[in-house]
Amino acid sequence: MSGFLSALWEMFDTATIASIVAGSSGLLFATMGETISEKAGVINLSVDGSMMLSALAGFVVAFQTDNVWIGFPAAAAVGVAVALIIAFGNIKLGLNQVAVGFVLFALCTALSRFLGSGYVGRQPVAVPAWDIPGLSSIPFFGPVLFGHNVIVYLSILTVFATYYFIYRTRTGLELQGVGERPEAAHSRGIPVNKLRYFYTGLGGALIGIGGAAFTLDVKIGWSDRPTLNLGWIVLAIVIFGGWHPLRAAFGVLFFGGMQAFALNLQPEFPTFSQVLPSIPFPAMILALVVVNWRTLLDWLDRYPWLRAILRSDPPTAIGTRFEVS
Amino acid sequence: MSSRLRSILIPVGVVVVSTVALLVLAGTNPWDPIRFIIEGSIGWPPFEGGSASKIGDTVMVWVPIALASAGLIVTFRAGMWNIGIEGQIIMGAIFASWVARSVSAPRPLLVLLTIVAGAIGGMLWGLLVGVLRTAGGVNEIFGGLGLDFVAVSITTYLVIGPWSRSGAASTSGTDIFPDAALLPSLERSRLSPLMIGVTLIAIAGVWVLFRGTLYGLKLKAVGANRPSAFLLGIPTNRYLLGAFMICGALAGIAGTSQATGFHFKLIPAISGNYGFLAILVVLLARFRAFWTIPISFFFAMIAVGASQLDLRLDLSSTLGGVVQGVLVLSAMFGLGWAAYRNAKAAEKVSEEASA
Repeated sequence: MSGFLSALWEMFDTATIASIVAGSSGLLFATMGETISEKAGVINLSVDGSMMLSALAGFVVAFQTDNVWIGFPAAAAVGVAVALIIAFGNIKLGLNQVAVGFVLFALCTALSRFLGSGYVGRQPVAVPAWDIPGLSSIPFFGPVLFGHNVIVYLSILTVFATYYFIYRTRTGLELQGVGERPEAAHSRGIPVNKLRYFYTGLGGALIGIGGAAFTLDVKIGWSDRPTLNLGWIVLAIVIFGGWHPLRAAFGVLFFGGMQAFALNLQPEFPTFSQVLPSIPFPAMILALVVVNWRTLLDWLDRYPWLRAILRSDPPTAIGTRFEVS
Repeated sequence: MSSRLRSILIPVGVVVVSTVALLVLAGTNPWDPIRFIIEGSIGWPPFEGGSASKIGDTVMVWVPIALASAGLIVTFRAGMWNIGIEGQIIMGAIFASWVARSVSAPRPLLVLLTIVAGAIGGMLWGLLVGVLRTAGGVNEIFGGLGLDFVAVSITTYLVIGPWSRSGAASTSGTDIFPDAALLPSLERSRLSPLMIGVTLIAIAGVWVLFRGTLYGLKLKAVGANRPSAFLLGIPTNRYLLGAFMICGALAGIAGTSQATGFHFKLIPAISGNYGFLAILVVLLARFRAFWTIPISFFFAMIAVGASQLDLRLDLSSTLGGVVQGVLVLSAMFGLGWAAYRNAKAAEKVSEEASA
């Protein structure tokens, strides 16, 4: 019991929180990408495979050119390509988004493992650490927010940029219209399918960058399945986050916290050491049950501010196809 | 060329071209791997040069893939994406292993018990996905996936914890089950005629379910349009749970086959990813039960044969997965493209008629 408490206590350690933030960059990028894509109505179920293939692309390019920064655009390009296959299959050919996404997950996973088998264990150049001068010496907030590297800062910026874009700009409103009421958006002269291609591609680019963040920053180097099934967690976090960038970002940090917690518990419960890393997964299911629990939501209706925090309503037209009639 | 023929030839062509391209890219000649895959799974020349044990292995990989495919047809028809199938296979294997380890009975009875236990284990795990979906509002993709991970860690825990091998606990698996619990098989081969029978019956059963029963018709109605089905008086939630239970039970039997018919023990990666493979099979078979028989066999051949590549060509065995993925993707897009062209042509005809 004391082991449990001390593991819990360690969670509030500055170093632990800083490491959670540092380890979240890949997930943050990918979650924002998926949120944008789904907000426009296209589910990119391939995230896990897409991240892995782009992680490989980023790694290989950075490794061959000895330049870490070229790795990221390469990874983004792979993410865009995968995402556009889904958009094309759905918009043009009327295929099921989930079906295409699942097949692409399987294909990209196998492809990354096949093409990457010769790279296992090689170390590329990593994203260099860069403390923001001045800000990083603030107690607590310094190490937690400003003592990382450019990719981590960019991932945090991406979260706020995504939020600002979707909810505070005119074009963001149009994006929501495309995912919520495509017919209405169409009648207002918004090119629904063109925008769906664009936002699915943009989301794919972010997913790709998220993948590269794993091999070039979080877990430097190529190993078999470097993203550790986290691509699937991205999809769950988007729902948990109610398709809201800030809440989804909270979900990412919450997930990172649970992972760190499970890691802290390992020395206390050695027999469970193989089981603990998977605790975040059932916890995520539980979180999804909570945000979908009718009775709870009905009760929450009496407290609008609480309801606003916990609601999770998908974009109305998510997963469907829009045809100009 | 008829569009039907084209819909088969295009994907096959894409697979051949892309596989060859990939192999050239990887720096080997393209013929060797293909030959090794065939040789490693059914022998070269096919069915003559191979040892019986090789073909037996391939058949015993076919069994879980085909069983899971049969189950998946039920959930797909009901409109559900049962990605939890992996967990259902694993749970079946765990339940079967539990019976195999703790019950002592005459062999026929014990084998029957392991199969029933596997079916129950898979069924319960499937039911859980269904309950999360119908009562908890958790999308079956995420509920199922989460339960997959949970099932994997339960297996790992059992293998290194309470069921660890006498002597040293390792992730290589539990002790070999007692002989009485193993599926009866041909001599010097894993091939189990009993399991082949069970699999074929399951596939035929699924076919009959959707061809000749009211239950199957209602399931299809639920899958096609849930609100309408509900208004017509079908208890949709109960039918969804039913679909998950049927699928889970078949997946659980696949798990039994893996535990007592292939590995003869419980190992952490007991499902062999055959559940995900079965999803690809069903998508390729376009939900038609009998087509899953040859397609799963083809996938089993690739899965077994590709494992030779590591040893003989120093080529990653994941090539098999690439080929399977490209095949399904190009089939989907080929069919989608054909449908799109047909719709365009029909549009043109109707335009000309009205002009």
